[in-house]
Amino acid sequence: MSLKLRYFAWVRERIGKPEETIEIPPGIATVADLMTWLASRGEEYAHAFKNANVIRAAVDQKHVRPNAAIKNAHEIAFFPPMTGG
Amino acid sequence: MTSTVRLQRESFDAAAEAARLTRGRNDIGALVTFTGICRGTEDGEPIASLTLEHYPGMAESEIERHVAEARERWPLLGVTVLHRYGRILPGEDIVLVVTASSHREAAFAAAEFLMDYLKTRAPFWKQVEKSGGQTWVDAKAADDAAAGRWIAPRHERETAE
Repeated sequence: MSLKLRYFAWVRERIGKPEETIEIPPGIATVADLMTWLASRGEEYAHAFKNANVIRAAVDQKHVRPNAAIKNAHEIAFFPPMTGG
Repeated sequence: MTSTVRLQRESFDAAAEAARLTRGRNDIGALVTFTGICRGTEDGEPIASLTLEHYPGMAESEIERHVAEARERWPLLGVTVLHRYGRILPGEDIVLVVTASSHREAAFAAAEFLMDYLKTRAPFWKQVEKSGGQTWVDAKAADDAAAGRWIAPRHERETAE
């Protein structure tokens, strides 16, 4: 499955790119699975996802919890807690 | 009902935006205007600027979703939400929320509700520039608590329905 991933704020800085399209291996069913798999892709990813519990995710531009399924998703974003307003 | 959501790099004119909601009508009895402004210090240290990053597309849809929720919860006659992104200097405006209603309770409550949600759910991230360099602003527990207080009444209402 091919997925567009987007990163914001310090997640983006640690990974070193704002977005990428990657091939997700079979068996990655949830957002939490995806974070664990991404963390294994290299030092920069390991650094970005070190405290996975503070990272928020959105599937197709909607906030989701880590147990959300990623089946049929087109775009998944990872970012720190929001500080707008 | 007039509702406007806009994200922009440029500054805005809060008075003109507020006037736009009331122009030509006489049913509005209360207009609340909230402007969030960039402070010149953070934790007692002077700052050079604030840079706001956002998630284009999702930021607009999240704000629009909350404006729709505010309209469901309160009898509003107009809502405007403007949020800036990019580099903002101390003293400049960051965000504007204008709510109009027949009476003040709805206008005050809806403006607070929208601001609390903008702080915690709208995909924006602030980076502060000080003499030592750039750092990302940490989310505040107080903001989460402020947003959380709107959840209970909604839950009760849903259960009651």
